[in-house]
Amino acid sequence: MHERFAAAAALLPAYLSQHVLLSLSALILGFAISLPLAVAATRNASIRWVSLFVASLIQTIPSLALLALFYPLLLALSVLSQRWLGHGFQALGFAPSLMALTLYSMLPILRNSVAGLMGVDPAVVEAAKGMGMTSLQRLLWVEAPLAAPVIMAGARTAAVWTIGAATLATPVGQTSLGNYIFSGLQTENWVFVLFGCAAAAGLALATDQLLGLIEVGLAKRSRWRIWAGAIGLIAGAAVALSPLIAAPGERAYVVGAKNFSEQSILAELIARRLEASGARVTVKEDLGSATAYRALAAGEIDVYVDYSGTLWTNVLHRTDNPGRAAVLTGLTSGLRRRDGVLVLGSLGFENAYALAMRPDRARALRIATIADLAPRSPDLVMGSDLEFLSRPEWAALRAAYQLKFRRLVSYQPTFMYRALESSEVDVISAFSSDGRVAAEHLVLLADPKNAIPPYDAVLLVSPRRASDRRFVATLRPLVGAISLSAMQAANLSVDRDRDKVSPAAAAEVLARSIRPGAPLHSLAPAPPNGGARARRD
Amino acid sequence: MTAPEIELRGVAKSYGGVAAVKPLSLTIDTGAFVALLGGSGCGKTTTLKMINGLIAPDAGEVVIAGRSATDEPPHRLRRRIGYVFQEVGLFPHMSVAENIAVGPRLAGWDKARTARRAGELFDLVALSPEIAPRFPAQLSGGQRQRVGVARALAAGPAIMLMDEPFGALDPLIRDALGADYRALHDRLSLTTVMVTHDVMEALLLADRVVILDAGEVIADGTPTDLLAGHGDPRATALMETPLRQARRVQALAGGGRDA
Repeated sequence: MHERFAAAAALLPAYLSQHVLLSLSALILGFAISLPLAVAATRNASIRWVSLFVASLIQTIPSLALLALFYPLLLALSVLSQRWLGHGFQALGFAPSLMALTLYSMLPILRNSVAGLMGVDPAVVEAAKGMGMTSLQRLLWVEAPLAAPVIMAGARTAAVWTIGAATLATPVGQTSLGNYIFSGLQTENWVFVLFGCAAAAGLALATDQLLGLIEVGLAKRSRWRIWAGAIGLIAGAAVALSPLIAAPGERAYVVGAKNFSEQSILAELIARRLEASGARVTVKEDLGSATAYRALAAGEIDVYVDYSGTLWTNVLHRTDNPGRAAVLTGLTSGLRRRDGVLVLGSLGFENAYALAMRPDRARALRIATIADLAPRSPDLVMGSDLEFLSRPEWAALRAAYQLKFRRLVSYQPTFMYRALESSEVDVISAFSSDGRVAAEHLVLLADPKNAIPPYDAVLLVSPRRASDRRFVATLRPLVGAISLSAMQAANLSVDRDRDKVSPAAAAEVLARSIRPGAPLHSLAPAPPNGGARARRD
Repeated sequence: MTAPEIELRGVAKSYGGVAAVKPLSLTIDTGAFVALLGGSGCGKTTTLKMINGLIAPDAGEVVIAGRSATDEPPHRLRRRIGYVFQEVGLFPHMSVAENIAVGPRLAGWDKARTARRAGELFDLVALSPEIAPRFPAQLSGGQRQRVGVARALAAGPAIMLMDEPFGALDPLIRDALGADYRALHDRLSLTTVMVTHDVMEALLLADRVVILDAGEVIADGTPTDLLAGHGDPRATALMETPLRQARRVQALAGGGRDA
């Protein structure tokens, strides 16, 4: 417990500085847009109606979805900008998070500013006009100071919302206090989850109190309150942001990771190797499944691990299954041609989607393959992770075996295993390299019709790094170097309930098991129960 | 009397097709104290606000000191015209001193000149300089209205427009403030146009009373002339009330002595 707390505390400067930078930028931008808009809105009823309507509408979009939507939008803009202006920009990480949070912060500021400005006593406004103030003087000398307490109240709401929602920037590749929550949820490290929640809540509360001090100061015309609040905010922001200033300027290699334990461990493994070679490395964790490949193709991350079947179906849009070696060959040439992405090779193990059951249940129902499962499926409940049911693999499986489950339930992966354990579901979409499959002796159902393609873990290098010889040479020894059992053990050490270790610690253990000088493109032996291939990405 | 200070040439205003002020012409001489008198909705406030451009006339022309009001942006014109109204409209976030300094600030005066002027103004409107650092919420109604007058006078305007300036005050303070203002008007050689619905106030303060009804001038003359009788029955009826009240008060006072 104490160790995990110390581990969380050690990450705080990095996470907090990014979180503060993001929220602060979003709030400043939100203010810069909302205030002039509010002024225009008070002078013109149709601007008022439209702007408040749109801001309210944005508020109804779930914040996570809003953040996610900005990535493809920015990516498209970046491609256009690349084409027309000659240089693109980062579509992942800071930019989409900033835009989404800015939009999110606008409603409270806009609504309160409009209410505050329109609430100024008409007699005072008439006096200002009657004395010969211009429209701008009236705003700056009279309306804005009188509306300031109400505007500040809106700013407080916006600050609390933005700081809270900024935790959701993690899945689009922006480091934030959400990294604690997302990685903690993934590895069932509740100390991390609580630490992240507490840090975000503490930051929001402190900001709210300081802004509240300014608000009261404005309402009571108390200068010391305004100054105390402002100095508190500036000092707090300066302390929180100081780790950023210390960062060196050279662009680091960026290692990407999707949002599950195996990815975190492999990203740490890759990062360690690169760092050992003297390079500076940053890790972008918890990337959404579809964003990772696009980010790599766009050069926003330099290297990450994906799975052959995923790329085969989702990127190359293939529905056939020509066999393991053919998929890997086809992928290597296909991705190079399509995006210039370098497929360095398979790491040596497979992480396939596989339907899994508890051994007692499988025995009782006499189910060993998906073909055995099909006739029983109308009586059974299937649990899946959040994306499996919308993936082509599921469509292929269902069509090939005529699966018709009584009910389908989606879970965050951790809770999916829990649901199987407690018999809330009968079958789950497991991952063959998941440590929990081995630990709980789950039965992986064979796929006699080969409905799902193979899922070798492959190392992908971005187009811009494909010709970076030192980089590629540093990574190449990883090809064929990781066995399924080593990966399962590493995953289990992170996912298990007791004595769990951090992904970094698991990566360290995994690094020791790497066989030096493993041959290029060597494939580890297929898993013994590796009939049913499905996969996750 | 020299050239007219304010000239309204056929100004008119209507709202949603209803005429608030029918084409109206009025010439106000420099130094005059004119009361615009009438019931609510007669168009007196609209007429007043057309003088300093707070309301833009639909037709006609406003001429101030020989220049058409449309020759310059309205805010510039307003800086040369003092404006006082019933709600006062003191800026609640500014102290008394800051409120008074708004006009000089708009006129671009330096700090020393503004401070000197503030001292004069406190004397002028019979306020203690001690209230300078207070905020409007800390003042009595009478004090607020005196600050309102001081603020309107701060930049030294030649014209004062007043819209029911003393309407919200209790009768004693109202009478005192009215008398004080009249003295100021004479001392500073101002040209004052005051809107009121109070016949007595109009008769006692103004040199000339213009009676409006339904957006039209129905009578225009000195208080003495108007009291002596006027052709328009509506104006005569309006004058009857204060005369009748005066006779009754006199009777009461006389009766009291006789008893």
